[in-house]
This record gives sequence, structure tokens and C-alpha cells, in this order.
Amino acid sequence: MSKSLWYFAAAVTLAAAMMSCGGKGQPSETAPAANTAGKPVDSATAGTVTGSIKLDGTPPRPKNINMAAEPNCSKQHSTPAQTEDVVPGDGGTLQNVVVYLKGDFSQYSFPPMTAPVTIDQKGCQYHPHVLALQTGEPLSVINSDQTTHNIHPVPKDNREWNESQPPGAQPIMQTFARPEVAIPVKCNVHPWMKSYIAVFNNPYFEVTGKDGSFTIKNVPPGTYTVTAWHEDYGSSEQSVTIGPSESKSVTITFKASSAASD
Amino acid sequence: MTPRPHQNVHRFAVFTAACTLLLLIAGALVTSNDAGLSVPDWPLSYGSLAPPLVGGIFYEHGHRVIASFVGLLSIVLAVWLWRVESRRPPAERPAKIWLRWLGVAALGAIVAQGLLGGLTVLFFLPPSVSSAHAALAQLFFATVASIALFTSAWWEKETGFWLRDFRSPSIHTLALATVAAVFVQLILGAAFRHKAFGIIPHLAGAVIVTGLIFWLAGALRHRFPGVPELRFAARGLHILIGVQLLLGAAAWWSRLYAASFPQPIPVMVALTVAHVVMGALVLVGTVLVTLVCYRLVQPAGALVGSPEPRPSAAD
Repeated sequence: MSKSLWYFAAAVTLAAAMMSCGGKGQPSETAPAANTAGKPVDSATAGTVTGSIKLDGTPPRPKNINMAAEPNCSKQHSTPAQTEDVVPGDGGTLQNVVVYLKGDFSQYSFPPMTAPVTIDQKGCQYHPHVLALQTGEPLSVINSDQTTHNIHPVPKDNREWNESQPPGAQPIMQTFARPEVAIPVKCNVHPWMKSYIAVFNNPYFEVTGKDGSFTIKNVPPGTYTVTAWHEDYGSSEQSVTIGPSESKSVTITFKASSAASD
Repeated sequence: MTPRPHQNVHRFAVFTAACTLLLLIAGALVTSNDAGLSVPDWPLSYGSLAPPLVGGIFYEHGHRVIASFVGLLSIVLAVWLWRVESRRPPAERPAKIWLRWLGVAALGAIVAQGLLGGLTVLFFLPPSVSSAHAALAQLFFATVASIALFTSAWWEKETGFWLRDFRSPSIHTLALATVAAVFVQLILGAAFRHKAFGIIPHLAGAVIVTGLIFWLAGALRHRFPGVPELRFAARGLHILIGVQLLLGAAAWWSRLYAASFPQPIPVMVALTVAHVVMGALVLVGTVLVTLVCYRLVQPAGALVGSPEPRPSAAD
């Protein structure tokens, strides 16, 4: 019996080792974090792209989140916490939209971003709900709640990771090596917690706030595609040409009825 | 009166099977509550044996605790079977010696199952590994249920081979095909749940499995009308597939309904878990019916559907 069991244990261990070698095809983290070989953008001739993101139609009503299973979080909300997938801004605008420029920036180099971008878990929700950063830029994950969270980005092009964070734990520091719009982030302890992280290899991006506006500065002259990405409405684009020291305004409108189903 | 050699081990096998059913419920709760990665580490949970049982951690760690308990039961069952079978008189050994290897196989399955569970956590729920984890759970349950049957008083008492079947396909072929189809269907269901692919293969599988189970149940009823066990088996198969079809439809409706909610809702969780567990019971049901067929029905003989006088246990 013992001999057979040993054979079986060896076979299972071998299978496990083979699977662990194969894994899920995780991208390695050795990809270049940012282009440092080009020239810096000439700020004397650089322009600006401004604008706003509009929402045409009646936005869907947010849904209440049931946090009864997590009293530490529910008591932080005087009214029931609500979903944040579609958050209207002032004057028919839309918040939490990632706006970025598509174009050829290969001839430019951009200084590495060393100050961390912070995402906070507070009241069992992510703050901010959508954030954007550059490749190699540190992401600091903090837990302001008196409960345990796990933070789990589910990227397609970057390395997937999943870390737990008890109350009072040190911030989790992570970086992303590749551009990706956008990485869903979730907490499996509290399944209603969702967030998105957009990663770029240039600094030409912004996330719309309460007024739905954006300002992308220090853009070298050229023709670009202004792309707006929203978690429910997907992407919408407009072309823009920036001359030397020129400022252009762009308005992109999403239709409220065009939300992608889950 | 001398107790049967398998009397207590049979009771223990039934207990292990019941705990395995509980384990299947716990595992289904993990998936339905999207809690599979709420504990990022393995084999410990948050580096300890007693993590904070908040949110999804309750489901994931609870699943691990029950799985560990079933693992312990499997060790006891394998050792017990081995010892009981080793003490049999040499003359009986050729008939039952395989049973101890079935206990070892069950133990091996639960060990492999634990490793698959760990791998699926450490590799962020790859659909292939998660589906394999779900499928092996069903196989383990069927194995333990089979051990319970093999150690039962009924199995000990039956001398076997008193029915004959000339029809084509034979009842054995039909039963085996049904078991295989149910198992493939469970894999398709697990793959759908773990997002390996869509619902269509699982729906197609449901049609095939339903057809085969009705065919098998009809064959049992018509070929062996006077055999209480097989009449009961036919009725049981009808009930199992009927309830399972209803649960499947309800679970699908609940998923569509729950899609607009920010979190898993109780009705969706309950119906989906019930559908998963009933699927396991359908597999076990068809496996046990198949074994009973192999016990009672000889694949060659003179008469179709007319059982010979049932031999007594003393014959």
C-alpha cells in the first residue's frame, strides 16, 4: 500500500509542479516601464487639449448596495451606499471617464513619475472609483476601514496580483508595466467593491471629475485621437490637431441608453 | 449474531458521503458568492488557521475547513477499508480485494482535489483548473457513494446476476452512457460557471442527459418490471432529472435577474447552489443505478424482461 501511495503522491506532485510552471500565462514584469530614449517635449511649443464629457439622456439610477454583512462599513454610510458605475457630473456631464490621447509619442521621453497614486478602501468602496497612472508609477493601496479587504486587479496585459490588507496594515505598493485601459479591480471579500485603473506609457490622460471636464497639457504639436473610456459606455473618439502652443477644446458625448450589459 | 464485516464501515462511508455533500454545497457557495479569491494565500488563510470570517472569507475559509474534515474522513475510510478487507478469509479475497483500492482511490482524489483547490487560488481561478476542481469534486462524491453501496447490507446480501437482458443497447451500455453524459454535463456546467465558455454547450448537454436518463429509466421500467430496486431506480431518476431541470431553469432566470445587482443576491446564490448540488446527486444517482444494474443483470441469457426467481441470500 505504502509503495503505491508514494507513487500516487509523486504523480500528483509532478502534475502540480507542471501546472505551476505553466500558470496562467502571466506577463513578466520585465517589460519596459516607459520610453526614456526620446527627447523631452518642448514646452514652448506644446499645446493643450481641453474639453468635457457629456451624457445624453437620463442616466440610469444608481443601485443601493447591501452592506448588512459588513457593519463596519455600513455604519459609515448615513444613507445606503450606491453603485458608482454611472455618476453624472454638473450640467449633463459624466464623471469617472478616462480621457486620453492616442498618437505617436515614441520620439519623446517622459520623466518617471515617482509620487504614488493612492487608492483608498473606505466604507467598503474604492476612492477614487476610477484612476489613471503611468507605467512604472507607484500605486499605493490603503485601507481606511476597520475590516479586512483583498485588492485584486484583473488585467489582460499586466501581471495579475491579489493581496490582502487587514485594518491598519501598511500601504500596498504596486506598479503596472504595460499600458492597459482599463484594469478592473475588485475585492472578493466584499463583492460589490469595484474599481478601474487605466495605465498609460505617456502623461496624456485625465479622469473626469465633478464637472466632467478634462485638461491635458504639454501636448506636442500633432494630430491625435482623443479617446474617452467609460466602464459602462465603452470608448468614444474624436480626432484633434494641435498646432504649436495651440489649445483645442473637444466635447465627447455618450448616450445614456448605450450602456453595455454586464 | 455476528455483525457484517462492513456494517460500521458502511455507516462511516454514508457519513463521509453526507459530509461530501456538505462540502459540495460549501464549494458552490464560494463560486456563487464570487469569494474564490477572498483568501489570497493557500494552504493557510491570511497566514493562519483562523482568519477573520468577514464577507467572502467566511465562504472560502469555511470551504477549506470542511474540505480538511472530509480529507480526514477519507484517510480513516481508506485505512478502515484496507484493514477490513485484509482480515477477510482468503477464500473471499478475490471477490472484495478491489474495495480497499477504491478507498485508496477516494483518498487520492481528495488529495488531488486539495491541490487543485490550492492551484486555483494561487493562479487566480484559471477556468481549466477551477473546472477540474469542480469536476473532481463530483467524482470523489460518486466514489464515496459507491463505497457506501459496496459496503451496504443489500450489496452483501445480493448474490447477483439473476436478471438477464438481451435488448440492444444493453442496460449496462445505456447506464454507462448516461453516467458519462452526466459527468460531461457537470464539466460543461462547471466550465460555464468558471467562465471558460458560454451556456450553449451546457444547454445542449442538458438535452442529451435528459434524453438518456428518460431512456434509461424507461428501459429499467419496461425490461425489469417486477424488480423493486430497479423500479425505485427508475422513479428516482425521473425525480432527479425533473428537479434538476427546474432548478437549472430557475438558476438561469436568477442569474439574468441578478445581473443588474451590484452583488450576488440570495435567490441567485440559493438556486445556483441547489442546481450544482442536484447535479452531483444526479451523477451519484446514475452511478449507483449503474452499479445496481451490474450487480443484478447478466448481459446474456434467454429471456428478456422476465426475471428468474430471485435467489435467496443463502443460495
